[in-house]
Amino acid sequence: MHFLLLFSRQGKLRLQKWFLPLPERERKKIVKDMTTMVLARKPRTCNFLHWRDLKIVYKRYASLYFCCGLENQDNELLALEILHRYVELLDKYFGNVCELDIIFNFEKAYFILDEFLMGGEIQETSKQSIAKSVEASDMLQETMEEYMSKPAF
Amino acid sequence: MSDVVEKTLTALPGLFDSQTGAAKITNRLKQLIKSITELTSKHEEENLMKQELSAMKEQVSSPNTTMKQMREVMVRAMYCEMLGYDASFTYIHAIKLAQQGSVLEKRVGYLAVSLFLSEGHELLLLLVNTVLKDLQSTNLIEACMALTVVAQVFPKDMIPAVLPLVEDKLSHPKEIIRRKAVLALYKFYLIAPNQVQHIHAKFRKALCDKDPGVMTSSLHIYLQLIRESPDDYKDLTGSFVAILKQVVGGKLPMDFNYHNVPAPWLQIQLLRILSLLGREDQSTSELMYEVLDESLRRAEMNHNITYAILYECVKAVYTIHPKAELLEKAARCIGNFVLSPKINLKYLGLKALTYVVQHDAKLALQHQMTIIECLDHSDFTIKRETLELLFRITNAQNVTVIVEKMLDFLRGCNDEHTVIHLVGKVAELAEKYPFHSLTGRLLQRMTLSRVHKKYISSYKINTNLLCVSFYFTSYVPIITLTFAPDNSWFIQTMNDVFSIGGDLLQQDVPNNFLRLLAEGSESKEEDDELRLYAVDSYLTVLKGDTSHLPQRFLQVMSWVLGEYSDLQECVDQREVIRLLTKLLDQRSVTSETRVWILSALTKISEGQTDLILDLSESLSYSQDTVLRQQAQELRHLSRDSQLHEWALPRGAPWDSMEVDSSLSFLDGFVSEALAAGAAPYKPPHQRQEELCEERALNLEPYSFSLPVSLSSCSITDRQSPTMLSVSSGISGNSTELSQKAGSSTVILEGVKRVWGKDGYLPQKETAATAPPVDKPSIAVQSSGQQEAAERTEPQPEPPMQNQDKQQLASSLFVGLGAQSSISLLGKSEAPPPRFRKKPRPHESSSSSGTSERSSVSSSRSSHSTTDGFLYGSLLEEEPATSISGVDHTPKSTTANGLGQNKHTDGDRRTNTSQILGSDMVIVRPNTIQDKYPSSVSSDLTALLPPDLKDLPHSDVISLTSDPSLSLASCRVFRDEALLLVIFICNCTETVIKDVAVQLTCEELQTASLRGNVVDCLEGRSTSVCHYALLMDDPHTNVSFTGTVSYQTQPGHTNTLSFSGTLSTADFIRPLVVTTEEYGKLWLSLSHDVKQNLKLLTAAGDPLRTTLNALKDALQLHVVDIIGSEGIVACRLLSGAPCLLHCRVNGAALAMWLRSPHPALPDCILYHCQRALAEH
Repeated sequence: MHFLLLFSRQGKLRLQKWFLPLPERERKKIVKDMTTMVLARKPRTCNFLHWRDLKIVYKRYASLYFCCGLENQDNELLALEILHRYVELLDKYFGNVCELDIIFNFEKAYFILDEFLMGGEIQETSKQSIAKSVEASDMLQETMEEYMSKPAF
Repeated sequence: MSDVVEKTLTALPGLFDSQTGAAKITNRLKQLIKSITELTSKHEEENLMKQELSAMKEQVSSPNTTMKQMREVMVRAMYCEMLGYDASFTYIHAIKLAQQGSVLEKRVGYLAVSLFLSEGHELLLLLVNTVLKDLQSTNLIEACMALTVVAQVFPKDMIPAVLPLVEDKLSHPKEIIRRKAVLALYKFYLIAPNQVQHIHAKFRKALCDKDPGVMTSSLHIYLQLIRESPDDYKDLTGSFVAILKQVVGGKLPMDFNYHNVPAPWLQIQLLRILSLLGREDQSTSELMYEVLDESLRRAEMNHNITYAILYECVKAVYTIHPKAELLEKAARCIGNFVLSPKINLKYLGLKALTYVVQHDAKLALQHQMTIIECLDHSDFTIKRETLELLFRITNAQNVTVIVEKMLDFLRGCNDEHTVIHLVGKVAELAEKYPFHSLTGRLLQRMTLSRVHKKYISSYKINTNLLCVSFYFTSYVPIITLTFAPDNSWFIQTMNDVFSIGGDLLQQDVPNNFLRLLAEGSESKEEDDELRLYAVDSYLTVLKGDTSHLPQRFLQVMSWVLGEYSDLQECVDQREVIRLLTKLLDQRSVTSETRVWILSALTKISEGQTDLILDLSESLSYSQDTVLRQQAQELRHLSRDSQLHEWALPRGAPWDSMEVDSSLSFLDGFVSEALAAGAAPYKPPHQRQEELCEERALNLEPYSFSLPVSLSSCSITDRQSPTMLSVSSGISGNSTELSQKAGSSTVILEGVKRVWGKDGYLPQKETAATAPPVDKPSIAVQSSGQQEAAERTEPQPEPPMQNQDKQQLASSLFVGLGAQSSISLLGKSEAPPPRFRKKPRPHESSSSSGTSERSSVSSSRSSHSTTDGFLYGSLLEEEPATSISGVDHTPKSTTANGLGQNKHTDGDRRTNTSQILGSDMVIVRPNTIQDKYPSSVSSDLTALLPPDLKDLPHSDVISLTSDPSLSLASCRVFRDEALLLVIFICNCTETVIKDVAVQLTCEELQTASLRGNVVDCLEGRSTSVCHYALLMDDPHTNVSFTGTVSYQTQPGHTNTLSFSGTLSTADFIRPLVVTTEEYGKLWLSLSHDVKQNLKLLTAAGDPLRTTLNALKDALQLHVVDIIGSEGIVACRLLSGAPCLLHCRVNGAALAMWLRSPHPALPDCILYHCQRALAEH
């Protein structure tokens, strides 16, 4: 997987993850191309596109588009399921996830993604263990916060 | 009690502070997001962001900002960057946060780093220590974060710093750490495979890990490794099959299930690996039949993920050694896909079909109707995939319909990449399935042997039998076929290709087209008919509106009109001239196209002086030198018809031209000049050398001295009879010679060899400048095409739409199955290309002419002027050099005498020699494995020339052999170059004539020193030839390929291919320096790499033993050994030095390499590792 983008129906970028080093200009171009291409798709068309020599797989969840760029030999259906699994993870974490959750807690969405994908490959397929490791870090966050806010006797 | 109260009270303000502070800041992000969503215009947003950024700037630079506040700022900065605003001032603070913050802040800091800094950002260096510390941390979360960031952003040169620690993590007790470490190593492998090659054994351990997650992660690496060399991992097939069996059987913990499917990602990864392992390997394939069958059977659930697995399964079944039963099941699966109402599955089904029809074209027949429906699908992606499928099932009978469909699609398409891609395919089809190809093939069968015997001697051309049989087509009644394409179809299709593809087209499309026209087939009538049709069609096009036509199309048209417009007798030449002149006046026409047009005008201007003079007059003042020169030539030639006739003979056959590549015609000129007291010619580098000597002391002891020694060799050792002519040719102009040499090895489309009054005029290559992109236009539909379209649907307006589709289906799928009317073709046997395509020796995937250079010419380009001399001799000594095709550069001529006139003909001679060159029996190359060289008796080394005998050299290894010749090679290590000595032994008793060796290597500079052409090799004798190889950029391994051509009997040339590999080690030379010099040099070098190596502890002092082992293996120079440290120096030939600093560190050798060249330390390290591993 080369990149993963989340953007709204209005074409606003909500999350971007690049698995290959690309110059800033190229990234902006890709984001622009993706939003225009994907948003222009009519309903009841397939979830795949060709772009340059990449294959684009996208899926819409409520008002949010999840979109990723694959190499030619990759399996499109599988990528679709990766997106779906990511949504499931977000859902499990936020509890009935909506776009606003991701807007306001985008760093959390990144943390979850980092536990799920690494170097463009799927890292952990088990929903439980991702949730566990994200929660472990979060727990730490809370305990640390508690700890920090506690007066030092 | 009071104590406690007091303490609480003192702590309270801080508590409130931090809480309110945090709340405030979190609110600020929310505020920011909210206010941005409320804004209406981009302008307002920009203003707001400006404020926000300056506020943030202030905050980060304030010393009072706590880490906690910094964390919030960082989150805001990420948000700003996501919106596309530059917050680069926070980058350094992100690193600081990762460095100094507590775990929480660290997490945000690392995230910010991975989002902000992409690989290669200079600030990343500051992160190394933090990462090292965290990798060693006992805190699980810190270690996890460090591994994540390492896998995300670390560039190649920073990997060695963390590699040992990451490696250690492979045996960490926690599986999550092991998993992340494996994935980090996978990422390292992708970036720098050399650096992790020593841990392959540990990958195997990861594969056997008790945690399925770790095992899954290791498969990523294995997939990559197996893709590169499947043969090395065949032994693992059994394990992979066993794992897949367990997974499919549901033996993994429930936790790995995804929608009740057991570990689908793992399954797919395994299926991919198996398909790679089983490809073209029956015994390995047999191991996996059972599990594949099981997978196909189990995946019944109606969920996307099972389809994903099925798809991968089907692909595997069709990739590995076939088994009928499995193929049948897979075919059924594809059927389910294609027939599925779900559009995604349909897409995947089409994709699978595209893959499968290459093996079994009949499968497409079953799904005809679905394919037809998909062709009219509203979804662009589906349509495109369908066309891709159709492209694969094209045959001579359905080609017109398919091409028509593709063109239809292209007319409605505005995506650049799709257009380029598909237009290339259309052109390929059009050239592949020409008119009469069927009759040609029928004839081929009938007359094959007869033709072969009769014509092989009389035509010294590529004996492509099809071409010879074309010769007969005009005498045989043509079998009429409903869909057989014809001339008009071909030209019309190409017109469409050019006008739709426009200037996006890859350069080889027009090149190939013009070559087809120019070379033609064996039958002159047929060729002329085709050319005539082209001329007619272009005249029609040019009479219409031409302003929208792409430049490429105009160029093609002007070339064709220039060459062939006289074939059309009923059109006045003046009319053609007028049309072309009109084009010149158009503003949109680029100057490159103008040159094409002018050269066309030059060819047809004979006797039309009145029309031409004004034109040439006006263009004589053009800014463009090439154009100006063309105009001059045009003027001269149009005035003097005799000269015109001489310079541009009408209808002269292509192969009657003779080229004098040695420029011997200049001999007279040169000797005259010498007699008149001119200084003899010296190659530029020699002049420079002399200049240096005169100027000052040469302070650089190891300056680049190769060119001198090479050239002196080539002068003294030359065995060629035309030596004089070459040197004299060079004395004329060395750049010109190198240009000339190029013309016989490569086509440089767009390079204009133009001769002016005073000889060659150097000029810039205009090909690179991209002309303005014209919008694809719709070509004029000619009556011919309409006819073709009507023919496909003979029933006028069938009432039922379905019937329409049936009709289309029958025309699309004709020739695929048994029920089709003409199945003589066999199913997947593609008819040979229309006109023989001349085999191009260096035909790579590249499209542009320039990149088609062989390595010979690429090294020429790097040493363009210096090596003019060298390549002069190279060219001259290689009569069998094959040529890549006709050069369609506009021919230009001068009014300046015989010699130059001959030169113009040089372009044409390329054909002849090419044809000769391709008249060869290609022998299957015997490649050798460098690892297991078959040693040849050492008596060959006795044949080494005396001047090389004393130099260090390798064993003689056999390269290749056939019944008549055997080749062996020996590497001789000279200081400034690697000499590859090739021994050519005649194994027969008879004399072998015209032995010519050609050696190419992409990565190296190669130059033939002597003996690569031997006129006559006596029976049982051996000839020796030398190549000097130079390595400018280090590569761990380079391979060279080459061919030997020879004649056992006159007129029958054989070729023998050989190849071999060389390693950097062959190019490493000791660098003799003192310890002081070493110290100085060390400080001046910039690129360094550190790594721990194995220490040899066999006997005595381990450091000394290890260094000696390295010295023996790699020709290093051990400068000094002091205590537990040793310093070693070497260099890449006489170029970049590399210094090695070795220190004994426990049981390992800590190696630190420095060099001015970024890639050299890496390469040397790799070879050190190998040398120690083999020891």
